[in-house]
Amino acid sequence: MYKIVKKQELNPTVTLMSIEAPMVARKALAGQFIILRVDEDGERIPLTIAGYDRKGGTVDIIFQVVGATTEKLNHKKQGECIQDFVGPLGVASHLEGLKKVCVVGGGVGNAIAYPIVKALHEQGSDVTAILGFRNKDLVILEDEFRAASNNFIICTDDGSYGEKALVTEPLKRLLESGEQFDEVITIGPIVMMKFVTKTVQPFGIPCIVSMSPIMVDGTGMCGGCRLTVDGKTKFACVDGPDFDGYKVDFDEAIDRGSMYKAFEAQAREAACNLYKMEVK
Amino acid sequence: MPNMSLKKNPMPSQDPVERASNFKEVALGYTKEMALDEAQRCLSCKNKPCTKGCPVQIDIPAFIKKVAEEDFEGAYDIIAKDSSLPAVCGRVCPQENQCEKYCVRGIKGEPVGIGRLERFVADWHNENAKEAPVKPASNGHKVAIIGSGPSGLTCAGDLAKKGYEVTVFEALHTAGGVLVYGIPEFRLPKAIVQKEVDGLKALGVKIETNTVVGKTVSVDELMSDEFGFEAVFIGSGAGLPSFMNIPGENLKAVYSANEFLTRINLMKAYREGADTPIKHSKAVAVVGGGNVAMDAARCAKRLGAEHVYIVYRRSEAELPARREEVEHAKEEGIEFKLLNNPVEILGGEDRFVNGIKCIRMELGEPDASGRRRPVAVPGSEFVLDVDCVIMAIGTSPNPLIKNTTEGLDTNSHGCIVAEEETGKTSKDMVYAGGDAVTGAATVILAMGAGKTAAKAIDEALSK
Repeated sequence: MYKIVKKQELNPTVTLMSIEAPMVARKALAGQFIILRVDEDGERIPLTIAGYDRKGGTVDIIFQVVGATTEKLNHKKQGECIQDFVGPLGVASHLEGLKKVCVVGGGVGNAIAYPIVKALHEQGSDVTAILGFRNKDLVILEDEFRAASNNFIICTDDGSYGEKALVTEPLKRLLESGEQFDEVITIGPIVMMKFVTKTVQPFGIPCIVSMSPIMVDGTGMCGGCRLTVDGKTKFACVDGPDFDGYKVDFDEAIDRGSMYKAFEAQAREAACNLYKMEVK
Repeated sequence: MPNMSLKKNPMPSQDPVERASNFKEVALGYTKEMALDEAQRCLSCKNKPCTKGCPVQIDIPAFIKKVAEEDFEGAYDIIAKDSSLPAVCGRVCPQENQCEKYCVRGIKGEPVGIGRLERFVADWHNENAKEAPVKPASNGHKVAIIGSGPSGLTCAGDLAKKGYEVTVFEALHTAGGVLVYGIPEFRLPKAIVQKEVDGLKALGVKIETNTVVGKTVSVDELMSDEFGFEAVFIGSGAGLPSFMNIPGENLKAVYSANEFLTRINLMKAYREGADTPIKHSKAVAVVGGGNVAMDAARCAKRLGAEHVYIVYRRSEAELPARREEVEHAKEEGIEFKLLNNPVEILGGEDRFVNGIKCIRMELGEPDASGRRRPVAVPGSEFVLDVDCVIMAIGTSPNPLIKNTTEGLDTNSHGCIVAEEETGKTSKDMVYAGGDAVTGAATVILAMGAGKTAAKAIDEALSK
């Protein structure tokens, strides 16, 4: 069992938890992920590592309530335990040698973008962070990002905070103004990463995307997380989660992500109803 | 006077129609009367040909004699000397190619039902034995076992009995390896595997689940002062699924058999209200002809598919699956599309599978494996209407350990190179066995390798 040593609501739908998992904390690096099960008979879900404290033996996860499992997880209180927590899985982001980087995050993907921005900042890289949210209420980690980036741009879909724009707009502006990045790293919804890649491509700058497909074991055993990269099948869990954005078949990845959509919607409703009953 | 019946006592089993819609065990096991009657068929041959066919050399005539004398615990003790998982092996060993193949009674009639008797004895022991195993005094030596499948559990058990402090590291959340994620409940109830694992814990074996060696911790770290293990046994299996690399393989509802079976067996997706989803399909094509293909097909049927096809490129005679599994599958209504090979998986606008295009094959000259090579018949393509495809064409060892362990040699198939007589690898005090060394094989061979390595580790550490 793995104890939730801290729980903090970042916005009404996004929660941060610090989990006591010393074996994971001692090896964790930015860009890697963990797999957890909330309870016995629970589903295994992957979540990217949002932070870690090697001395304290804790690993941070940030999640949005999207399905039955995240709903259940969100009902766990500080001090309670979750059943399983395994990692760190996947290949860490390759950040060595990068001097000037633009990190583009969207929605809850910003939670995963943060440890990368932080790691880049700590190694002395010049970091531009472009964050996109649907509206002002959903903004997370703003202070943390500001503290770790040299240039910080925030945009919202409805203009309720920062610039009223999609993340691709300030990105394009910067690129057109002649900003020379060694690399653009983007983390967020697949559609957003697809368009960030398209925006960067004409400028010939490498663009790295962080994929988060459906998976079961996270160790290369099930093959459920397979993607087509450069015409070849890759397993996101062991070959990724970071890939060269120019080579990823985004449309196939979007399709594969919708495999259990109907099931998930139903399962989440069932989980919600269960909690409503408990409240009565 | 031995029982000279030419036929084995048949195995009582669940009715095929009924069982095709539940996940309960198919074979129900001998009653005491059946076991006594079957034991009487053994001629107690002096030269014990059956024992030569057993990868762990159980003294088969001796245990059967005990059964005939109604001393079931005595029979168990004889089996347990050489086998750590009798309740498992009695169910999943391919006896027809091992012990029973060499049984003298098989020359004229059917061989003695050795596997069925082994299962009876193990189940009897599990139900009736009172004494829990006792943790032996520690000899102070620490050994790490990677993987809790048949080879790892066997190696752990043998070393623990000798007083070693054994820790088993398992990547998944439940111990058992392929016995829990791969082999379905209806062939090997998970409670039986759990019982074996509990037995090891009683012997003092520590089981660390949720530990991916190669990620959470490396082999070299385990052997460093921080962890202090003096020897490591790698029994990490062959968990990496193969695909055919044909068009359409990444459509929705194309599964590797590993994923399909893991969702069902480990994650219990077959249960009403389970958290883990699985697609319930109308018509399923399972590609491949081994035991895993049979398991996947029979699971798909139990999930409610009207048609489940086995698509295999050779003929019935070449099916690698056990005869018994093929028969069970047929009884349950699995349809065999033999001498057919998939060339493309077809999808609709929603990108879900809606068919599989196959080409007919005929058998040509024998190939390197000695089996006749299947050759495509030009222009014979046809489409099978299915809404799910499961690829059960084999697995290979996971490269995580190979890639993170310096000085550990592997061959061109990614299998760890280990000496057959000892399990020794190219790295000092690192041993390996089971599917990680051989590629996908059987439970009993993996167990045998675990035993061999345990003996070699003991010899090395007690010097």
